[in-house]
Amino acid sequence: MVGYLVLLLLALAAAAWWLGRSRAVASVNGEVARLHSLPGQHGMFLALFTAGPALLAVIIWAMATPGIESSIIANRFAAELSGMGVPQVEAFIRDARAIAFGGVVGFTDATKEAAAAAYRSIHATSLWIIWIVALALAAAGFFWAYGRIAPAYRARHVVERILRAFLILCSVVAILTTIGIVLSLIFESLRFFQQVPFYKFLFGTHWSPQSAFTGAGTEAGAVNEDIFGAVPLFAGTLLITFIAMLVAAPIGLMAAIYLSDYASKSVRAVAKPVLEILAGIPTVVYGFFAALTVAPFFRGMGESLGLDVASESALAAGVVMGIMIIPFVSSLSDDVINAVPQSLRDGSAGLGATKSETIRKVVLPAALPGIVSAMLLAVSRAIGETMIVVMAAGLAANLTANPLEAVTTVTVQIVTLLVGDQEFDSAKTLAAFALGLVLFCITLALNIVALRVVQKYREQYD
Amino acid sequence: MNIMTEAGVEQKLAQRTNEPPIKMKGEKVNVHYGEKRALFDVDLDVRENQVTALIGPSGCGKSTFLRCLNRMNDTIDIARVSGKITLDGEDVYDPKIDVVELRARVGMVFQKPNPFPKSIYENVAYGPRIHGLAKSKADLDGIVESSLKKAGLFNEVKDRLLESGTGLSGGQQQRLCIARAIAVSPEVILMDEPCSALDPIATARVEELIDELRENYTIVIVTHSMQQAARVSQRTAMFHLGYLVEEGATEKMFTNPDDKRTQDYITGRFG
Repeated sequence: MVGYLVLLLLALAAAAWWLGRSRAVASVNGEVARLHSLPGQHGMFLALFTAGPALLAVIIWAMATPGIESSIIANRFAAELSGMGVPQVEAFIRDARAIAFGGVVGFTDATKEAAAAAYRSIHATSLWIIWIVALALAAAGFFWAYGRIAPAYRARHVVERILRAFLILCSVVAILTTIGIVLSLIFESLRFFQQVPFYKFLFGTHWSPQSAFTGAGTEAGAVNEDIFGAVPLFAGTLLITFIAMLVAAPIGLMAAIYLSDYASKSVRAVAKPVLEILAGIPTVVYGFFAALTVAPFFRGMGESLGLDVASESALAAGVVMGIMIIPFVSSLSDDVINAVPQSLRDGSAGLGATKSETIRKVVLPAALPGIVSAMLLAVSRAIGETMIVVMAAGLAANLTANPLEAVTTVTVQIVTLLVGDQEFDSAKTLAAFALGLVLFCITLALNIVALRVVQKYREQYD
Repeated sequence: MNIMTEAGVEQKLAQRTNEPPIKMKGEKVNVHYGEKRALFDVDLDVRENQVTALIGPSGCGKSTFLRCLNRMNDTIDIARVSGKITLDGEDVYDPKIDVVELRARVGMVFQKPNPFPKSIYENVAYGPRIHGLAKSKADLDGIVESSLKKAGLFNEVKDRLLESGTGLSGGQQQRLCIARAIAVSPEVILMDEPCSALDPIATARVEELIDELRENYTIVIVTHSMQQAARVSQRTAMFHLGYLVEEGATEKMFTNPDDKRTQDYITGRFG
């Protein structure tokens, strides 16, 4: 097992730390001040060189083996697989792996059993190899580094450099992951746009991909391009976001003003955490709050007023989403309002302005750029929000501006497109990537604008 | 009634001794910040059309006293003021007094220039607008122009009244703040170390201005600079550890103070 190997390496590292430290102390007969680096740094140096290369080898091995093993199997069974297409070969190898290491197997036959047996033996060999390689690396690293420990040796510099490299590696991983996700979005979207022209997607007003392969004009697997019009989805998203902001912007802003300028210390100490609890409620809870409480409430109210309210109205979803982003708006605005220097408030009060005049005419104008950017961030949050709308907004893609009707959003449609039994390369599932890409572009643009505004605002006071 | 007669008597006394009448009067003023006592029974008179300088080492209570005069301490939650402060014989801490009106009559200029992030014009027009002092746009223009002129800033900024007030130099910003205070036609102007953030040339310019303003306004100035107190003020009050040590004509305070602490402070032996 590789897990034991990793544990063993970590144990070796701990032992190496202690050994390195002792050797460093012993090399100066206990007069630690004569060492260039602290004893702990010598220990760290030895530990890093013992476990570092070995662990790196294990990681590379773990990433590379499945591919290497599969290609060996594919080579060995080339004769049996020669008649199959790429998906079938993949399925064969998947099944062989499943038989060998446990898992859900499609169906078995003699060839697959043979492949699985081969798989097991190859895997056992590769395990042996990595154990030997890792332990050899650990031993080599240990002895090389152990020999270097001396009073004048600059272990601190080496350790610092290794740590810096490690930190760079972590940030590179984060950045590369992001780039990878964006690239996969772009490539899958391009595949979608090969089947459906992008202008029909961006400007079409009819959306019903569930009927992509049924109905008239779809013979012989041809894709009906006219049912991938995303306009109703974006209209629905905008409508719900608009309603949400109508709720969240005034309430959040006024709550922030109260908290920053009116509330006494004791009120603030209670109210602020309570507002932040609101932000900590899982969105799925908001979702059923919207679907089970708010929507029927609006429906009942609509009935008593003689209005026809859909049971999955945009209003209910928007209002609940608004409630969800109140703490977001209020805590961002609160920060911005607090950043307006007290001297401006004093200056205004010193001229005989009342508190509300001071806030309306001095504090808010000064904080305006920050408040605007807080709102933009809240909008991008609302646009990307999924769980509430999945539960509370409808599925039907109505193109309407009436908040009492059911609308659907981009995120809801992405979920419905990908949930269930799907072929992964149909226009239907690929449409989800195209929607995701557009959504990503919109929120990215909003975030960039918001951050720019904040930056400009910061320069004013620093 | 008693107060009125007292004030009347003092006014007569003042006339006899050729002293200007008393504009503001503090009697047994005490200030607590939470548990900490910052002022101890301060009695101090501010005379009309004079510059009264408050001096003393840091933390002596001079700024605290200044902020009592237009109730700016109200904005600090933990501050408690007791005793009596009168403006033209009226108790400014009387619940019937409107603090907004009081601050319109007793304006304030702060240590650090704090122009609003608005245009120069809007900065000066701010006070007249909130108090409804101008009947028309032309009226407001007039107030802005005359205030800027009185603050000696008009010639420097007349071509860029619509530019941001925060773009001016430090000294100009402080004169803009003075113009802003003048625009509401206060009777008293309080200045809390108005020159501490300025260079010597800007300081000289503001000091000159203070001397000119004395003609129309009563001024109370807190300063750390002995020379400044000597240059601009007619009366000086020396604070130490929350007590008013000594108060009198500036000339006498700087040449022949009664209290040893005043002499030590003025000659730079402490503080």
